[in-house]
Amino acid sequence: MLRLEKLTKTYRTGDMALKAVDLEIPQGQVLALIGPSGAGKSTLIRCINRLVEPTSGKVWLGDVELTHLGAAALRRERRRMGMIFQEYALVERLTVMENVLSGRLGYVGFWRSFTRRFPQTDVDEAFRLLDRVGLLEMADKRADELSGGQRQRVGICRALIQNPALLLVDEPTASLDPKTSRQIMRLICELCAERGLAAIINIHDVALAQMFVQRVIGLRLGAVEFDGPPDALSPDVLTTIYGEEDWQATIRKVEDEEEEALA
Amino acid sequence: MPIVTHSDGRQGWQRRDTKARMLRWFGWLIGVAAFVWCWNRISETTTWFFVWDAPRIAGDILGRATPPRWSYIDKLWWPIWDTLNIATLGTIGALIMAVPVAFMAARNTTPSRLFVRPLALLIIVATRSINSLIWALLLIAIIGPGVFAGVVAIAIRSIGFCAKLLYEAIEEIDHTQVEAITATGASRWQVMAYGIVPQVMPAFAGISVFRWDINIRESTVLGLVGAGGIGLQLSASLNTLAWPQVSLILLVILLAVGISEWVSAKVRGAII
Repeated sequence: MLRLEKLTKTYRTGDMALKAVDLEIPQGQVLALIGPSGAGKSTLIRCINRLVEPTSGKVWLGDVELTHLGAAALRRERRRMGMIFQEYALVERLTVMENVLSGRLGYVGFWRSFTRRFPQTDVDEAFRLLDRVGLLEMADKRADELSGGQRQRVGICRALIQNPALLLVDEPTASLDPKTSRQIMRLICELCAERGLAAIINIHDVALAQMFVQRVIGLRLGAVEFDGPPDALSPDVLTTIYGEEDWQATIRKVEDEEEEALA
Repeated sequence: MPIVTHSDGRQGWQRRDTKARMLRWFGWLIGVAAFVWCWNRISETTTWFFVWDAPRIAGDILGRATPPRWSYIDKLWWPIWDTLNIATLGTIGALIMAVPVAFMAARNTTPSRLFVRPLALLIIVATRSINSLIWALLLIAIIGPGVFAGVVAIAIRSIGFCAKLLYEAIEEIDHTQVEAITATGASRWQVMAYGIVPQVMPAFAGISVFRWDINIRESTVLGLVGAGGIGLQLSASLNTLAWPQVSLILLVILLAVGISEWVSAKVRGAII
């Protein structure tokens, strides 16, 4: 569904953020991307929808190659990739409804969007999504009146209303408390399962990633160091990704999880 | 190095090292010397007789100017209305022209940093650096005396001010909100309308009322050169030494400025 071929990004400062990354993600797979700060996680997902222009390499979304597209074709393909951000990146001074509907901007013309006359089907879908994430009564509030967890749920609605095939998720829980973090991760994974979406989730919290995803990619200095199922993350693996540290407290054991399920 | 090692091995810290202290001392010395020298030069070229005489003359004028000639107010309603209109229309005209200039000047929205941005900055500097009275003089020569020349003078003079403040606001917006809108597949103009405009709206509204407030003051003097408004009455009264009328005009201007200040404070409070 998504295939990266030798994707490379060299910043103008000379920093090699990505070193010929190869990666293939099948339909409906939720994947966590872990690695230390500066490993190139953010750059990787931004190179896929070209918020950052890759230096070389190819990105295949289905059977469309993205790195050579012109502006109009790129915008069409961006509609198929929903993005969720670390600090929510809602437009603070717009209402929740406007923020959700902004996910449809790729589908409606300028004047319709400027005068806020979105098609009724889009509005219906926006209400349905807000209801799904439990924010129906917030539709008319301004985005900056919401709490962190609520804002991130609006961000999820904005990504989903695009009707994407792929979700690019950049540190969705980094500014949230532990409980809200789990709720948001659970919500993202549930929605991916409901809709058969593939997702790449950048995440710092290794234990949280292990709880929810089917596959983990470890990135270090712009190169893939680990690719496997979450329970294959051993202390040795984490040491190759992050460097030497005592990992016993970080890796979740199966018993912990069961205890928690009982509690 | 502000950190010094004493002879007994302990480390001390002071704000500046010896070199910086000496530099500052010489800086102060030069500053004081320049002040004394300038004071002397100004003193040499001042006719002190007039200065000592000033309080008496000022008292004399104040005596002649009071009480204001209240009956003259009938002839002031129309000019003060003109003045308000010059300021308001001029501000609206300036904003219409300043918005595109600001978007062309802001680093993150300019179509071309190499060609368009310097041009926009040139417009900002050029319109700002010439006083509205001088713009009015130029425009009277071009389009003749009257209110319209005043409106255009105020508008041109305000472009630079509004565009400069607005483009600084545009450069300070949160970039991730713009990224988020771009990532949905929105077009360039949609990104502008959804990602940038909502973020700069409060600044835009604040700048508008602030400039309107300034323009009311500026438009009160435009009449001095014949560009309409209450300044015309002011200059006529000054030329005929009709001090009671001058004092009434100054009171009316004070009132108008006071009201404009009150309105703009209210508007700004409501927006932000």
